[in-house]
Amino acid sequence: MKQLLQTRVTGGVGDSAARPDGALKVRGEFAFASDLWADRMLWGATLRSPHPHARILGIDITEALRVPGVHAVLTHEDVPGSKRYGLEIADQPVLAIDEVRYAGEPVAIVAADHPETARRAAARIAVSYQVLPPVTEAEDGQVLRHVPIRRGDPDATAELVVTGEYEVGMQDQAFLGPEAGLAVPAADGGVDLYLATQWLHADQRQVAACLGLPPALVRLTLAGVGGAFGAREDISMQVHACMLALRTGRPVKMVYGREESFLGHVHRHPAKLRYEHGATRDGRLVYVKARIMLDGGAYASSSAAVVANAATLGIGPYDVPNVVMDAYVAYTNNPPCGAMRGFGAVQACFAYESQMDKLAAAAGLDPVEVRIRNALREGARMPTGQVVDGPAPVAELLRRVQAAPPAPPRSDDPRLLPGGVGNTTHGEGVVRGVGYAIGIKNVCFSEGFDDYATARVRLELISGEPVAFVHTAAAEVGQGLVTVQAQVARTELGVERVVVATADTSVGSAGSSSASRQTYMTGGAVRAACAAVRQRLFARLARDPAGLWLAGGKVVSVDGVVADLAEVLGDDPIEETVEWRHRPTSPLDPHTGQGDAHVQYAFAAHRATVDVDVELGLVRVVEIATAQDVGKAVNPQAVVGQIHGGTAQGLGLAVMEEIQVVDGMVRNPSFTDYLIPTILDVPPMHVEVLELADPHAPYGLRGVGEPPAISSTPAVVAAIRAATGRPLTRVPVRPEHLIG
Amino acid sequence: MRITVTVNGQQRQADHVWAGESLLYLLRERLGLPGAKNACEQGECGSCTVYLDGEPVCACLVAAGQVQGRSVTTVEGLAAQRVQQAFLEAGAVQCGFCTPGLIIAVHDLLARTPRPGDAEVREALAGNLCRCTGYEKILDAVRLAASR
Ligand code: FES
Ligand code: FES
Repeated sequence: MKQLLQTRVTGGVGDSAARPDGALKVRGEFAFASDLWADRMLWGATLRSPHPHARILGIDITEALRVPGVHAVLTHEDVPGSKRYGLEIADQPVLAIDEVRYAGEPVAIVAADHPETARRAAARIAVSYQVLPPVTEAEDGQVLRHVPIRRGDPDATAELVVTGEYEVGMQDQAFLGPEAGLAVPAADGGVDLYLATQWLHADQRQVAACLGLPPALVRLTLAGVGGAFGAREDISMQVHACMLALRTGRPVKMVYGREESFLGHVHRHPAKLRYEHGATRDGRLVYVKARIMLDGGAYASSSAAVVANAATLGIGPYDVPNVVMDAYVAYTNNPPCGAMRGFGAVQACFAYESQMDKLAAAAGLDPVEVRIRNALREGARMPTGQVVDGPAPVAELLRRVQAAPPAPPRSDDPRLLPGGVGNTTHGEGVVRGVGYAIGIKNVCFSEGFDDYATARVRLELISGEPVAFVHTAAAEVGQGLVTVQAQVARTELGVERVVVATADTSVGSAGSSSASRQTYMTGGAVRAACAAVRQRLFARLARDPAGLWLAGGKVVSVDGVVADLAEVLGDDPIEETVEWRHRPTSPLDPHTGQGDAHVQYAFAAHRATVDVDVELGLVRVVEIATAQDVGKAVNPQAVVGQIHGGTAQGLGLAVMEEIQVVDGMVRNPSFTDYLIPTILDVPPMHVEVLELADPHAPYGLRGVGEPPAISSTPAVVAAIRAATGRPLTRVPVRPEHLIG
Repeated sequence: MRITVTVNGQQRQADHVWAGESLLYLLRERLGLPGAKNACEQGECGSCTVYLDGEPVCACLVAAGQVQGRSVTTVEGLAAQRVQQAFLEAGAVQCGFCTPGLIIAVHDLLARTPRPGDAEVREALAGNLCRCTGYEKILDAVRLAASR
């Protein structure tokens, strides 16, 4: 591929270029949102509902206002503009009005000169509630969206039939950098907000509406983001901090503590799933019938899109002629659920992959073989009728993980056994198992959404050297997007030096850093803006621009150097701003679920090896092998990093991660009680990266972030089943599922 | 209260410190050193790790008043860059929120055990959560730093 790109610039597309923010991060000098500070700054705090469902009879702020050091106490009455916001449906109150619908819902906000003062004052706000019974089961809730899919014969029958009911607990994104931002009131009556988010312009639109200000007066700048994984797609402290800043006339910083963070962002939808797979005696799928119920919690967030993913991707990367799928998401009084890495594909994958293992057993086939027999291929149709018109190496990925070097044999070192450094066993009662799974994910936004990204690129001489300046509003959340933007500019403009400006709303929207879409979309936009710059540059030459290219600071053609870039540029910089779109998608038919709803499909497969102590119910994942097709590894080191991180999050869902919600109350909002994998829990990972170019995508690339987070969960559970023989229909698997 | 403390080799002083404040708050909000991070403030994540009189501690669990007259080294004050450089080269930094705490923890580990085996590394870093990397490249970084 490299020679086709015609570049000798190092740090271009395909190189493991260094992160431009890396040096600051390792020195502790990178400014995360919670690190910000301003002169005369106040601290904000939020009072939240203790009840999952209640009527608000009155709010008395008198005592809170009396606390020395308090500068403002605000309620819904003080929201200057629209009282509600939301990504898709504006149903979530900025501050509760006459009803609270989940425990943790913001009711009032305080600004004070010390964070502890603000918290204490918030505790003195007297809210009188009339407690109402909460809806805690999705089956009892009002349906927010139902996505049906009908393909082929709904009454198809088959020789082999396997059925199963599955359940997925509520997972949290658990990024490490808490929700945070600094709002600074401006002289023009507007506000400048520095924050951690995934989508600056979606925030700007919602914040401006709630403040009753024109968007031009609500300027957002990205501060350092300590991970996102979907949890920063919705509004958290944004409107609150701005309201307090505008009211007090002083900068206001809000930083959530960990407990508040667990209450302050959406989670992965808990799911109940019922599947019936029918197949021929030799394991070829004839039909799949499925019903998926997602618990959306109290507000809509991105539930409508999540359920569409669960439906359209819900039978997995398999070619199935007859499909009856009904996926629902319903409102409850549980915490709101929305985006999390994998976005609806995760829950379904646990169920359909569990089913494929059941089918393998029923057909007397190896679990990999049954998957390969049914594997989706390029040119096949999804249950939506959409033709998969790019590489779909499902069988190849499965073969790769199957052929990966096996896990090391069981160790005698107690640190490497279940229970680990807890030293709970010397190997007695420990059994080993191996499991496989594969998943499918859409990349970019779907269902006809007008999905675009904007990039501004300027090529300019600085001290005689050509430098490319790249400016977008795309959120670097840790994934390495700043690196990718610079790599694209180096490749396209043939210059070494690229400066990526801080993301802000002074340039057009880049869309969200979600749906595995930013390398595709903002990468595509930067590439297109570079092409526009190149076109204007070549127009300065007195010759036909066909066949010209930029490399190593020169304008070149097949015949060699045509001109020096510095001379062509002179002291006349070239700047272009481009809004770039992927190919259009279409909505799903509301009755049949037919439609070309997705832009691109991505695939990853996992093999997990586990040791299980069947006496104590402890699991140790010994090794995980992953194979993923990334189309083009724009930054191989970062690609592998995404695969590692996503795989680890899927492992977490398999064996430890769950927000415990009892009667609408979150019982474990801390890292003491909500466990995420530590370095002792995540095993060595073998990663194989395939690069089968997608002809529709920039550089042939495929979104990377989400696919690895999808199939590691069912692979780990399949391995535990293989070790123990237990049915294990619910994740996370708990010790009590493994003993007795 | 007034706190006098040596931070990164310099004598520093903070006034009007409230008794409930942590060392982490003192560093981040009063002394302008936000390098130590605030991922949990409950002693569970290690992102706030600093040296206190040469011992790594979770700064969120140390009361500001306890550091009176003592010596603190934060990630900003680490002179040697071997560990930091290895983290960069190995690709062990994604969002970077865990990184400052890990840098201190690895720095401490290698000072005690110059050539740690993987099991020792895992044990030593078990208190440092990272949500982005899956730890593989963090292990690579430690191996790389130890080899130099
Ligand atoms: S912030 Fe101190 S351990 Fe998490
Ligand atoms: S790099 Fe993000 S938490 Fe470790």
